[in-house]
Amino acid sequence: MRRLRTASERNKLTQNIGFTGLRLAALITVVPIVLVVVYIFWQGSPAISWEFISGFPREGMRAGGILPAIVGTFWLTLGTGIIAVPLGIGAAIYLAEYAPDTNWTRAIRIAIINLAGIPSVVYGLFGLGLFVLFLQFGTSIVAGSLTLAIMTLPVIISTTEEALRAVPNSFRVVSISLGGSKWQTIRRVVIPQALPGILTGVILGLERAAGETAPILFTVAAFFLPRLPTSIFDATMALPYHLFVISTQVPGMPVQIQYGTAVVLLTFVLSMNTVAAVIRSRARARRQW
Amino acid sequence: MRELNWREYITTRLIRACGYSAIIFVGLIFIFLLREGSPALVEIPLPSLFSSRWYPIEEYFGILPLISGSIVVTIGATLVSVPLGLSTAIFIAEIAPRWAKEILKPLVEVLAGLPSVMLGFLGILVVAPFIRTATNIPTGLTAFTGALILGMMAIPTIVSVAEDALDAVPRTYREAAHALGATEWQTIWRVTLPAARSGVLTAIMLGIGRAIGETMTVMMVTGNAPVLLTGLESLFRPVRTMTATIAAEMGEVATGSVHYHTLFLIGITLFLISLIVNMAAAGVVFRQRKRAERILS
Amino acid sequence: MVSSAEARQHSSLPQEIKNKIVIEELSVGYSDGTESLRDVSLAIPDHAITVLFGPAGGGKSTLLRTMNRLNDLADVISLSGHVWIDGVDILDPSVDVISLRRRVGIVFTQPVVLPMTIRQNLTYGLELAGERSRSRLEEAVEQSLRAAALWEEVSDRLDDPAIALSGGQQQRLCLARVLALEPEVILLDEPTSGLDPISTGKVEASLQELKEHYTFVLVPHSVQQAARTADYAAFILDGQLIEYAPGKQIFTNPQDQRTEDYVEGRFG
Repeated sequence: MRRLRTASERNKLTQNIGFTGLRLAALITVVPIVLVVVYIFWQGSPAISWEFISGFPREGMRAGGILPAIVGTFWLTLGTGIIAVPLGIGAAIYLAEYAPDTNWTRAIRIAIINLAGIPSVVYGLFGLGLFVLFLQFGTSIVAGSLTLAIMTLPVIISTTEEALRAVPNSFRVVSISLGGSKWQTIRRVVIPQALPGILTGVILGLERAAGETAPILFTVAAFFLPRLPTSIFDATMALPYHLFVISTQVPGMPVQIQYGTAVVLLTFVLSMNTVAAVIRSRARARRQW
Repeated sequence: MRELNWREYITTRLIRACGYSAIIFVGLIFIFLLREGSPALVEIPLPSLFSSRWYPIEEYFGILPLISGSIVVTIGATLVSVPLGLSTAIFIAEIAPRWAKEILKPLVEVLAGLPSVMLGFLGILVVAPFIRTATNIPTGLTAFTGALILGMMAIPTIVSVAEDALDAVPRTYREAAHALGATEWQTIWRVTLPAARSGVLTAIMLGIGRAIGETMTVMMVTGNAPVLLTGLESLFRPVRTMTATIAAEMGEVATGSVHYHTLFLIGITLFLISLIVNMAAAGVVFRQRKRAERILS
Repeated sequence: MVSSAEARQHSSLPQEIKNKIVIEELSVGYSDGTESLRDVSLAIPDHAITVLFGPAGGGKSTLLRTMNRLNDLADVISLSGHVWIDGVDILDPSVDVISLRRRVGIVFTQPVVLPMTIRQNLTYGLELAGERSRSRLEEAVEQSLRAAALWEEVSDRLDDPAIALSGGQQQRLCLARVLALEPEVILLDEPTSGLDPISTGKVEASLQELKEHYTFVLVPHSVQQAARTADYAAFILDGQLIEYAPGKQIFTNPQDQRTEDYVEGRFG
């Protein structure tokens, strides 16, 4: 074994070991992600058929399709978006453009940080307490959407605020100097420029909502409901909850169907992810500032 | 002109209302948890509440096993996620070539978006059997399994927050360190990381917060046995966390029963824990946030 | 220390000229204590180019931006005095700042074109003001571009993104954008500092041509530009007005020692 003579050789060696460690850690982080995605597609794609996607579950969910779950997740995501998107963008505009530097504004920020940190199952309890029981919406799409919307709010707010703040201030000053009011300036200059960032945030927020199970457990999700919801006060099946049910609650469940359901859920989530990534990279390429 | 002012006024009011809604929601959440959960404090004598037996069917409502379950799984998850997450963040922010960043960042984002049920599902079908055969224990659904998967799930939070913090360290710091003859490794350890430490701390805390609050995965892979942990070996036994208890039992209780109130009480506990963790994390952030907002030269 | 009374003594302006803007004992303070103004009094005549010059950080931009209340956007902690435009104190809280800013336009140091087409940049202000008539908007586009000597260069590509123009063209577009609103006063904050000499010459020529119709207040980017363009010139140092006189006089025969030192390049 050769002795290390100089400090610089020693430093070089430390650095090499350190960098190797970092690379290894990054690899350990990323490889499982790829494996998970590939494995699920590999195991589940044989189960995917038109009947699986468009059919109703049969034989205690052990056969047939998962249409009610797909439709339910679609409605829930839409409902979440309808509530959370305007509210979240509004709040972000307030924080980025209007909010004075006061204790109230700090309180809003702290509230948002806390909303982001509250465990999803606690949102479920809250939704049960307020929407299902107190407001008597029952286990329904409204109750679930409202619960998911409040949970999604912090994601939308923080990404939107970041996008708004990234718009150069000089645009605002110019617009105002040309006789623009504050809101005109925001609507005609700031928001159009921040739109790709806002969209990315909205999609990522809704993606999270679409994949959540705990908040919908007691607010909307039906264990087994082989029909499509007809009103927003109906309960519904939902993909993530369905996956939970068939992988833990139903004995003798064919693994194929479990993986098939996972594939559909994963596709749902990944396609939103991809759309967000595409919007972001196209906006970056086209940006004029 | 009048019309414009009027519209401006309404819009401004609406936008401000949106901003303040966040405070209202936090308030509502707390109020409704309290409303449904506080009766438990009256219905169950404190000593029984803090006993080590959780068996609601026979009216045993000791929450200690649940708390210990949450703690063990969270600590385990932290031990997995913090080293991996921070290393990945440092790698991405400091030494990764461009192409590696372009691959790593979207992948970490994919991980953040993977539904927790799906990871729980894979935990049951793939990870647990593997752990069972590898360690030769009766079941693979253990605290360790939960910690492992939860650790992975907390990584995106840690990576994104820590990477932002590292990115925010001015270039000049690094250049100055290099100019003094420091290697890149020394620069990272002695200059960049210390400069970004509050952000890194925030990242760790938010990661821990994420692990405590995770529900579906732990419910699916930790085996759900509400037993008080006694030592290190219980890492390889089934446990049950607070979150999993709520998720698993709320569906079956009668509204307004003692059991129902107790589950909400656990919810309050979780809410307060997340409040503390996030306030602490936010406190670190806010100290740095003060910056002059003068826009004109 | 020069009091405002003294400053007024220096300002030997001919009495028959109509003053568009009268600034009276204006003081501005910022929360971080920089670039404030102290007791500035100044009368700015119509149909002329009045130049505010002096070393950087002396408060010229602040003075300029107070005249269309754009300084409201900065974190001003103290503001006193009056700025009369056509006899109305525009610092009065009841003043409609939006219509004020339409009357008092500003061109910034950096040419900031809005991220839109050339045409949209020009019609932006008018549309905000509620102008919907296509033909009037079209007319404003052409007139303002001609006035800013840009029409020949861009008339065939009005729907291109404005960012595609060269720096000099962008700055003239910014001037045209202000002209499209048909303001009475135009404030120019070092409008040529980023431009090459040829573009600078074009902008200065436009100003000379346009000054028949407008009141220009210019913060020049050099003493040379001040001397070239000024009908009247005010020397501002450390937030105070040191000397104010017709351009010819202040650059050839300054009354104050500090003005002389600055004009001759001994500091600044």
